[in-house]
Amino acid sequence: MDISRIDQIIDNHNAEQSSLIQILLDIQAEHHWLPKQALDRVAEKLDVPMNRIQHITTFYKAFSQVPKGRHQIHVCMGTACHVRGAQRVLDTISDATGIKAGETDAELKFSLETVNCLGCCALGPVMVVDGEYHGNVAPAQAADVLKNYE
Amino acid sequence: MPRINSPAELEEFRRSILSKRSDDRPCITLCSGSACHATGSEKVAAAIVAELENHGLTDQVEIRRTGCHGFCEQGPIVVIYPEGICYLKVKPEDVCEIISHTFKEKKLVERLLYVDPTTGDKSSYEHDIPFYKNQQRLILGLNRKIDPKSLEDYLAVGGYKALTKALFEMSPDEVIGEVKAAKLRGRGGAGFPSGMKWEFARKAPGDQKYVVVNCDEGDPGAYMDRSLMEGNPFTVLEGLMIGAYAIGATEGYIYVRQEYPLAVDNLSVAMKEAERRGLLGKNIMGSGFDFTVKVHRGAGAFICGEETSLLASLEGKPGEPKSRPPFPANKGLWGKPTNINNVETWANIPVIINEGAEYFSSVGTESSKGTKIFSLVGKVNNTGLVEVPMGIPLRDIIYKIGGGVPKGKKFKAVQTGGPSGGCIPEAYLDVKVDFDELMKMGAMMGSGGMIVMDEDTCLVDIARYFLEFLSDESCGKCVPCREGIRQMLKVMTDITQGRGKEGDIELLENMAMATQGAALCALGKTAPNPVLSTLKYFREEYEAHIKEKRCPALSCKELIAFHIDPERCKGCGSCLRKCPANAIEGGKKTIHVIDQEKCTKCGTCIEACPAAFQAIDKLSGVPVPAPVPQEKRALA
Repeated sequence: MDISRIDQIIDNHNAEQSSLIQILLDIQAEHHWLPKQALDRVAEKLDVPMNRIQHITTFYKAFSQVPKGRHQIHVCMGTACHVRGAQRVLDTISDATGIKAGETDAELKFSLETVNCLGCCALGPVMVVDGEYHGNVAPAQAADVLKNYE
Repeated sequence: MPRINSPAELEEFRRSILSKRSDDRPCITLCSGSACHATGSEKVAAAIVAELENHGLTDQVEIRRTGCHGFCEQGPIVVIYPEGICYLKVKPEDVCEIISHTFKEKKLVERLLYVDPTTGDKSSYEHDIPFYKNQQRLILGLNRKIDPKSLEDYLAVGGYKALTKALFEMSPDEVIGEVKAAKLRGRGGAGFPSGMKWEFARKAPGDQKYVVVNCDEGDPGAYMDRSLMEGNPFTVLEGLMIGAYAIGATEGYIYVRQEYPLAVDNLSVAMKEAERRGLLGKNIMGSGFDFTVKVHRGAGAFICGEETSLLASLEGKPGEPKSRPPFPANKGLWGKPTNINNVETWANIPVIINEGAEYFSSVGTESSKGTKIFSLVGKVNNTGLVEVPMGIPLRDIIYKIGGGVPKGKKFKAVQTGGPSGGCIPEAYLDVKVDFDELMKMGAMMGSGGMIVMDEDTCLVDIARYFLEFLSDESCGKCVPCREGIRQMLKVMTDITQGRGKEGDIELLENMAMATQGAALCALGKTAPNPVLSTLKYFREEYEAHIKEKRCPALSCKELIAFHIDPERCKGCGSCLRKCPANAIEGGKKTIHVIDQEKCTKCGTCIEACPAAFQAIDKLSGVPVPAPVPQEKRALA
């Protein structure tokens, strides 16, 4: 982990305490998780206690304190996707990857997350793999999509 | 890039832009909203550029990548002006034909035109498509005409006229008076009169005041704020600045969900463009009015759509609500007077200032003025964003615009207002949609999600779904919400999994009343609504789940079983090949059988079974017939 890069992110936000969430979002975006070292650095530079940082990282869903897999799978569980069978899509992916929502497999290949609405309600059910959207997916198709990832 | 220092210079700049454009110059527009991104508009855009070059048309035809047109079901959408020819579900390989046919031979590409699912009629032009024809697009209408990142496009359609009028021809009190006279009500869901809210903030003592845009659109099933922010960020900024001037604020914040990266990008570009031209920052257009704005990304918490939580989040704290009063209008961000409105509310402001309160209040009903954008999703033919005048009957939205329920299924209910809303059954489809009528029905306007459900949707499961969502999203600060929702969810989960018992319905009603009455903020107070409204209109579904262990919609997994009818099975093997759980046994010319132990009830087999046979049944509330013995499975 590159501490100077963390410092740069903090400086981009002028090291303001009120930008704590924005700083953590930027670190999360680069690493896909929040390493302890990075959090220590943020606490030190912004002069905020670690318990406040922990409160933030556990309160907001975007943050993870465990490493994530090489490929991020997001399955939308919004209402529109739900009525069109998102649960079945999620179950099939769980069967195919052997992990439940919120988990990462031992090889760090996939991380599976559910999202409460991606705002593509017209295309439901929607799954996203590494930022690539797949709309109107049927359960069997969802498992096929994952075969393309190493 | 000279700064614009006066209204005269702005008009001069506008004239110079318009002089370079003509209405009859061919222009090809491509929807590039998030939904169309998902269906491949990037590749289509690249193909358009390449094909125009191939045909030597690059200098004659303009390309414009616009925001969301709203007809997301049919994306990516290409519209060709000046005629307004509309091609739907365009793929990269269609582009060559579009360019050669439409521009060179002046012919239409028939297969890409809209076909009405009920009548089979084709529509060549955008304005003929029933989905668009029955809407009144005061707010969303500009999305199709502009590139969200281009200030010039926005000025060409009359952008910043409202701001100029407010800054140079009206006093702050006159602006507030206009918004009050227009009777605009907040579009975030509760429908509080916006003009009144502005007045509270204006009259609140203090020099430093703030205005905030709430784009934390967390309601599952609603995405109009996203489309406005992605497709027309300038208009949201313009509305915000008019509000800031009226209230006496010099700083603004735009709070956007981190799930909306494209909205953040387009907004950031729009802000830079406006700054470069002096339409944001110090001494705007020489009026002496200063205004700066910051974008703040949310970090994934539904509760942050609630205003006091949103303010806490803006301050870099966990988004937990505070009890009101004091209201943000008196003590908001950093304890200073703050005015928060939803994206759609801000986007209404330029329309009110430009067209006048009288015009605006001529649209809509007595108590709810103007238009409302709904996201029409779920089991409906034309899903997408629908902007209609308040007071339109629900039936018109679902049937005239939405084209009814697909696959000939029966309509069951429509859910409005997201997790705080309720379900409305068919008997009430003629209700006129506005804030108060929906409240009377036990539903609410909410952010405008409208989810259509057909006979295959289990409403007990939908109510459970919303409780699960809210239980997950409750911030946990107050006990009635944290525990009330959790316990209701437990009971609902039992009911949908076949463990429901006598007395559960009464228990749910009791817990709902307690949660409603005692929770700290609107999330908890409205959380029981989905349960109460489904109990009101669909009580018999609850009773079937509890007493007969039967799901009438055949959707609750634990209460259904799949069974291959030996009479109808032709032994083709389609289901066996597709079954992801390897739960089907059978071979050539033998009756196939589902192993109930292995079956995960995913429903793949029903989809795989050829339509001519339809050999697979879903059963609920009845025992599964014993499998045909091995020796009798051979088919002649």
